[in-house]
Amino acid sequence: MAVAARKAGRAGSGAANKTKQALNSPQFEKDQDLHAYREMLLIRRFEEKSGQMYGMGLIGGFCHLYIGQEAVVVGMQMATKEGDQVITGYRDHGHMLACGMDAKGVMAELTGRRGGLSKGKGGSMHMFSKEKHFYGGHGIVGAQVSLGTGIAFANRYREDDSVCLTYFGDGAANQGQVYESFNMAELWKLPVVYVIENNRYAMGTAVSRASAQTDFSKRGVSFNIPGEQVDGMDVRAVYAAGQRAIEHARSGKGPYILEMQTYRYRGHSMSDPAKYRTKDEVTRMREEHDPIEQVRRRLLESWKLSEDELKSIDSRVREIVNEAAEFATHDPEPDPSELYTDILLEAAR
Amino acid sequence: MAIDILMPALSPTMEQGKLAKWLKKEGDPVKPGDVLAEIETDKATMEVEAIDEGILAKILVSDGTDNVAVNTPIAVLAGEGEDVSAAAAKAPAQGGGGPPPAPGPSAPQPAPVPDMQAEGMTDRPAPINRSDADRPAQPAAPSVITNRSTDKAMAEIPEGTEMVNMTVREALRDAMAEEMRRDENVFVMGEEVAEYQGAYKVTQGLLQEFGARRVIDTPITEHGFAGVGVGAAFTGLRPVVEFMTFNFAMQAIDQIVNSAAKTLYMSGGQLGAPIVFRGPNGAAARVAAQHSQDYAAWYSAIPGLKVVVPYSASDAKGLLKSAIRDPNPVIFLENEILYGQSFPVPKLDDFTIPIGKARIHREGKDVTIVSFGIGMTYALKAAQELEAEGIQAEVVDLRTIRPMDTETVVASVMKTGRCVTVEEGYPQSGVGAEIAARIMEHAFDYLDAPVVRVTGKDVPMPYAANLEKLALPTVGEVVQAVKTVCYR
Repeated sequence: MAVAARKAGRAGSGAANKTKQALNSPQFEKDQDLHAYREMLLIRRFEEKSGQMYGMGLIGGFCHLYIGQEAVVVGMQMATKEGDQVITGYRDHGHMLACGMDAKGVMAELTGRRGGLSKGKGGSMHMFSKEKHFYGGHGIVGAQVSLGTGIAFANRYREDDSVCLTYFGDGAANQGQVYESFNMAELWKLPVVYVIENNRYAMGTAVSRASAQTDFSKRGVSFNIPGEQVDGMDVRAVYAAGQRAIEHARSGKGPYILEMQTYRYRGHSMSDPAKYRTKDEVTRMREEHDPIEQVRRRLLESWKLSEDELKSIDSRVREIVNEAAEFATHDPEPDPSELYTDILLEAAR
Repeated sequence: MAIDILMPALSPTMEQGKLAKWLKKEGDPVKPGDVLAEIETDKATMEVEAIDEGILAKILVSDGTDNVAVNTPIAVLAGEGEDVSAAAAKAPAQGGGGPPPAPGPSAPQPAPVPDMQAEGMTDRPAPINRSDADRPAQPAAPSVITNRSTDKAMAEIPEGTEMVNMTVREALRDAMAEEMRRDENVFVMGEEVAEYQGAYKVTQGLLQEFGARRVIDTPITEHGFAGVGVGAAFTGLRPVVEFMTFNFAMQAIDQIVNSAAKTLYMSGGQLGAPIVFRGPNGAAARVAAQHSQDYAAWYSAIPGLKVVVPYSASDAKGLLKSAIRDPNPVIFLENEILYGQSFPVPKLDDFTIPIGKARIHREGKDVTIVSFGIGMTYALKAAQELEAEGIQAEVVDLRTIRPMDTETVVASVMKTGRCVTVEEGYPQSGVGAEIAARIMEHAFDYLDAPVVRVTGKDVPMPYAANLEKLALPTVGEVVQAVKTVCYR
């Protein structure tokens, strides 16, 4: 993986000629590193616990873990301001936690309990929070791209300066509606940032086997949408690119594409035997590029935190996750009467 | 040899138009490709081009004449070497009786407005009109509602209300305009809705009143703009998304079903999509299989959607206003053939009709005919014919397919003991099948005969005029079905 290498997948000559950032990753202040560490660790521990609970039969259906990709959503969230919206696909637990949604509510949704964020009726892939501006959680690959473009349309309609971060994977990037959305977003200069989380595999299909153009930052070229490739394992690089992209969108210049080069450590879903890649590849990524380890090292070496200080963060995170698991295990299932609620809203007369 | 120049058809469903302006005058030489005249309908303006060379011998229909039937001779062309005055003398008498001649090889071809090519509406031959027997029955409603008790069709409208005649097209436009004035969050998007004024002119004038921010032309990208509409609705805006026809909405059906219909449930009630998807549905005329499908049964299968199929202009207006105000996704299925038909519409400041209520369009004691949308044209005509034979048919207009007003249907069947359903859609898993099942569940003991369905035939819509006619239901089939359930 190209560490800290960003190249401009610039659209034609019409694209704005922006100053390039230095090739080295931008530096974080201590509190930024601390924040990123805590947020990423919460996602990692939460996902590990989800995997464990899935194994225990407490979580049903599909369960797609975000382990390895934490820097993407955490870095992007650090670049947003209050009111900016987030929408993503089915690998969504990390996005919910990064948006500030309650870990208990997320975990209880995974276990299908009444205290889940969707009252147990949505499950792993379908959770929403209007309060936290999180618009799901969508199970149909690529559908969130049109929806996120619509949220950006609404921002423009209301003359609100919010930006919608629309996440999708390298697999979804081959869906037709992605390009229908790119076209409208640039045509109407909608405030949307398309974050392509390229974790190298669409389920079991390597990018090179599914994509004629594997540089996803160039996927907007024929629509004149600027794009860049970002080291998605380095939260600082994500944050810096996120700031540029969001600023572009917020200032009325239209959409922006960020290809986040990242990696998922676990299978596509819990039932994935991962025969399509070697153990070595996974081990190398974990050992050399782990997003959390990078920050942990900086906290110890640059910011001179003690092991004990880090341990106290770790144990606080574990506490949150354990409380969530405890709640999600013992919270009752939804009342049977919930079967027939929330299908239609009452029309005001 | 004198050549008749005939009034051309501008679209498959056009029956008449206005001869707006002659661009050639009598005595002018004409070459193929010359523009002879401009004609107009409520949908569009088009030029009439010459096919043959000659001299324009006589103009039969003058500038500004309204309601000129398709295929009426509008001028006579004297061919090469022919005496102009002799050709003019042979001209058919204007306004004479008898049907207009069939279009021959010399009939001028309409020169399409360039934009119309987008939707395959170019160069259509004159439509073979559905036979008179199948023509929609015009409602015989009074211009002012004076007595509600005898006028079932207008029961929802207060006594003394003034009625104005308007087309379904105008009623739909007025409904959107009124709701846009009422609520800043309402906007209209779709292909050709703004500058072109609507492919079927349903959005005529909206751009001029509300501007490009709220009346938005989209690229040809149904899946994408349906998703954009749903995303905007998630935030609380109220999009009215027009599909040029619902046939094209199949590209968007994932966003309609998976995103619009299910999100409220999947979010535990947090996030709904107050959106209307509207546009013409079902068969128009001579547009073949891919442009002629009825989706009422498809969408009616989905929890989380409401499905509305109006027949009259009054229902179209009142129901569309309700649909726009509804906090749920509403599929609003219109019909191209009904667009140009006029009905009395109450002149009220804020006239709405509740979604989910059927209407007894006509009372009767012998049999219940249940239909909706354009199916009502067959049902009402059949009821008229049956009356002459001494059978009193009660006609129920469902108006909303989901949620279905089972109560009204069942109450009627309990009274009559017999039921025929009428729809243009397919028989298998159709709306008629659903009605029959509900009647069996709720009124089995009241039935004196099995329910009979009259539907479109179980085939892709053919293009050939005779086959198309066979594929659609007919009034005769409805009459026959009623006689079957009445054992007559």
